[in-house]
Amino acid sequence: MMENGFSSPRSDTFPAGLRVLVVDDDPTWLKILEKMLKKCSYEVTTCGLARDALCLLREKKDGYDIVISDVNMPDMDGFKLLEHVGLEMDLPVIMMSVDGETSRVMKGVQHGACDYLLKPIRMKELRNIWQHVFRKRIHEVRDIESLEGFESIQMPRYGTDQSDDGYLFTGEDPTVRKRKDCESKYDEQDCGDPSSSKKARVVWSVDLHQKFVKAVNQIGFDKVGPKRILDLMNVPWLTRENVASHLQKYRLYLSRLQKENELKTSAGGIKHTDSSKDSAGGFGLQNSMNIHHNDVSNGSYGLSGSNSFVQNLNPKSLDCEKKGIVSVPITEPKRALTVDIPNPCTARSSQIDFESSFAPRGGSQVDFTAFGSTIIATQYSWSDVPEVQFRHESKSTRLEDGFSQLPPSHSQHHIQADHIKPVPSISSGSCAVDRSNHANHATSTESAIDPLPVQNKNHITNHLAFDPLSTTALSLTNQGFNLSCVSDLESTQRNISSGIETLLPSLDEDIKFCWLQGDYLAMNLGLQDFPEYYDPGIVSEVPIHLYDALRHDYDNPCDPTEYSLIEQGLFIV
Amino acid sequence: MERNQSRRQLAVMRQSLFDQGYLDEQFIQLEELQDDANPNFVEEVVTLYYRDSARLVTSIEQALRDKSPLDFNKLDSYMHQFKGSSSSIGAKKVKAESTQFREYCRAGNGEGCLRTFQQLKKEYTTLKKKLEGYYQLARQAGPNEIACRPK
Repeated sequence: MMENGFSSPRSDTFPAGLRVLVVDDDPTWLKILEKMLKKCSYEVTTCGLARDALCLLREKKDGYDIVISDVNMPDMDGFKLLEHVGLEMDLPVIMMSVDGETSRVMKGVQHGACDYLLKPIRMKELRNIWQHVFRKRIHEVRDIESLEGFESIQMPRYGTDQSDDGYLFTGEDPTVRKRKDCESKYDEQDCGDPSSSKKARVVWSVDLHQKFVKAVNQIGFDKVGPKRILDLMNVPWLTRENVASHLQKYRLYLSRLQKENELKTSAGGIKHTDSSKDSAGGFGLQNSMNIHHNDVSNGSYGLSGSNSFVQNLNPKSLDCEKKGIVSVPITEPKRALTVDIPNPCTARSSQIDFESSFAPRGGSQVDFTAFGSTIIATQYSWSDVPEVQFRHESKSTRLEDGFSQLPPSHSQHHIQADHIKPVPSISSGSCAVDRSNHANHATSTESAIDPLPVQNKNHITNHLAFDPLSTTALSLTNQGFNLSCVSDLESTQRNISSGIETLLPSLDEDIKFCWLQGDYLAMNLGLQDFPEYYDPGIVSEVPIHLYDALRHDYDNPCDPTEYSLIEQGLFIV
Repeated sequence: MERNQSRRQLAVMRQSLFDQGYLDEQFIQLEELQDDANPNFVEEVVTLYYRDSARLVTSIEQALRDKSPLDFNKLDSYMHQFKGSSSSIGAKKVKAESTQFREYCRAGNGEGCLRTFQQLKKEYTTLKKKLEGYYQLARQAGPNEIACRPK
């Protein structure tokens, strides 16, 4: 199935056709690496920004076999990208850098890199990267098999394909069983050959991850264990093994967040605020997570109502969106990114909504100092995602409107609740969403993006409406998430006459992108209407980055000019 | 006849770039990547490099011109990027100056940074001129006759 390049690798000619995603902000290196990888007969996709990469990866969950990324990138630390990829997609990641200092290399390995290459990179090094893919597959098969040996479990499978699921381990040879299942599920693949087997890799969707975090929180982070989590999650096809490995990554993720927060705390208030914003953003969304507004002790940021966060996100998303459009083509000129990514977008949009709904935002957001342990915050960020989605729905309608307005020139945004226009640059859509999330982190200079569509102006004003704080919160970009988003957002903002409306459109645009798919879920744009429903269809990915961004620096992330420069730079390529 | 002469000149020029230490092995790697699908690959890469790195050079210059104290972290970060970029085409001397610059940054030696940067710019511009001349000659020698590493 090699029609669009996103199909699974050909088993017969492995490693030829290995699908590689290269991420590097240096256009010269990107060009060289692309050529080198093509010479290895690999299928190459290039990316100039980390968030674009995440976008692509999320769009096509199983579209790549391995990721090669530079360590230093403007919009996101390479190590962070590494973590995300590991947690969300569980793909092997190779790091690259011109800097070969042992400490850096060690850091890479600690974060899960399966290799660390020094620039300039030689052909022979690239020829060997398939080993990492192969090794991972073998280990996965082995893990599953060993697990089967010990428990009666159901073979992990993608949720959608339930037909063969449900069988219990009957004592049959697991390998055989797996092979049989493989064959029934994947026609072209020879599951017997681990190198080509499309192992049932668990995709940790937003929904799934939310369940996971929920379970973890219920049990209590300290007492948590894979078995207990699995029981609580109640996901039939998930195995203890899956949970265990995800838990491990989650722990790493949290500890990194904690370290960062500690640094921030010691660094000063602002940072702290920023981080808190992050959490806040995440928190806002979690209504279901029992987060109370400013309830620092619980570490939950109450967005009981739902709105504050959304707002934050909006501006950002918008930004991202724009960025997405812009950058995506640049980085992937060859890929006709016709992405119909409804889900990612929607997920993001919802998140955005959540943000805005974070009413207390102005004050609360800034106040993260009260924020208790970082861990809690981080936890929320992970769990927030699902929440976001909910909100999103209500907002989506609005967003769409804004979205339609959005065209690449984000200058005119007027929010029209019923006006949804498909965004032309859809391809960047999903990514845009992602970006928008980041965008939300936009600099504090941006007026508070009030995601709430015009409809709820009042509502919005109550909450975040141009609450500079909220905007600040959104501007998590510092961490590089939305560098472009930020700038984008800012430029958009500049164009837009002040007013929520302008903000919304931008946000909407982002959201629109996501929504392009025509998924107008009845999103009543009014904030008040945040329905608690959660549309699984919308939730497609865990905009972890979103939370991540939220978590990070709220500091005025980037000088918009800087961003445009960066963008320019990309364009040059 | 003239073509042959041009080609010979080209080969000599190319060799001297290596002998004089302007280019290193990486440049040869690039030449090896060049093929029928991308017949002007190396030149494209070089062009891209100079276009993209010009930005960085300006940023560094700006940062150096800023009032003291110098932001060594920022300078180091810029230079790290620049070095990475320069390594892509095998710009040997430029890379060496970059490394030196970074060391001065780490030592907090502003004077050293300024000096090294001047030297770096010199090497950077010299190489650019040489490569431009090289490709110009290559075009004269024949469109597809850019000197390649002798097989």
